[in-house]
Amino acid sequence: MAETTPDATRIAAEARDRVRFEEEALGLADQVYRVARHLAPSREEAEDLVQETYARAFRSWRSYTPGTNLRAWLLRILTNLNIDRGRRTQRAPQTTALEANDYYLYDKLAESDGADSDEDRVVERLSQDDIVTALSAVPHDFRDVIVLVDIGDFSYQDAANILDIPIGTVMSRLHRGRRILKRELAESVLEDAS
Amino acid sequence: MTQAHEDPCAHCEEMMQPYLDHILTEAERLEAEGHLDECEWCRRRYRFEESLRIYVRQAVNEPMPAALKEKLAALRIPLN
Repeated sequence: MAETTPDATRIAAEARDRVRFEEEALGLADQVYRVARHLAPSREEAEDLVQETYARAFRSWRSYTPGTNLRAWLLRILTNLNIDRGRRTQRAPQTTALEANDYYLYDKLAESDGADSDEDRVVERLSQDDIVTALSAVPHDFRDVIVLVDIGDFSYQDAANILDIPIGTVMSRLHRGRRILKRELAESVLEDAS
Repeated sequence: MTQAHEDPCAHCEEMMQPYLDHILTEAERLEAEGHLDECEWCRRRYRFEESLRIYVRQAVNEPMPAALKEKLAALRIPLN
């Protein structure tokens, strides 16, 4: 009796911890998907990626430290899987040519609107499709950071941990990435108008 | 403390992202706000940036397909 009881207790405790982990992870699935949708090139790939992430997370749940940021832990798995899928091969060193200054988009929109217009109205000239398309046109390295910070609400530090890059790189990519995004938006709106 | 800039609006433009991210130093923040107080041209562009950030976040928000949620739950490892 003295031999089996501690073992049974340990197994029961582990099962309980695992169930708790799985439930907590599943509770975050909506948020994980929202980010994955724009890290991956398509909806189908985002779904695959999220499934692979959860399959792996459920297998390696013991490497998660309870009390730490589970959403960031899941996103780190997802980001690594996304990179493993060979998306790096399409990465081209697109840099300054794509950028513009921070006021560029507003200037373009206001210019084609004519008179001084209300900022809230100006933003409404962008359609949901314009934004999704423009975001997908931002090069991976920059898009990852925008998606994690501006859409996923991760802190710079969390984004740095997830992507395994220094926090200073997160900040510079975020700033440049947002400019590239605005440039893409400006182009799509000008195309629509012509 | 604050140096004069040749083109204050261009300088204000450079400070916009860090300002909205709340990562400027106190001196820089006061400098940006000082300029914004008297420059409607820049103020409009800051307000637009704020609206844009909210708008982008809403536009890309796509709910998870219900079928995916079920698939994820099915991946759970059964208890022995």
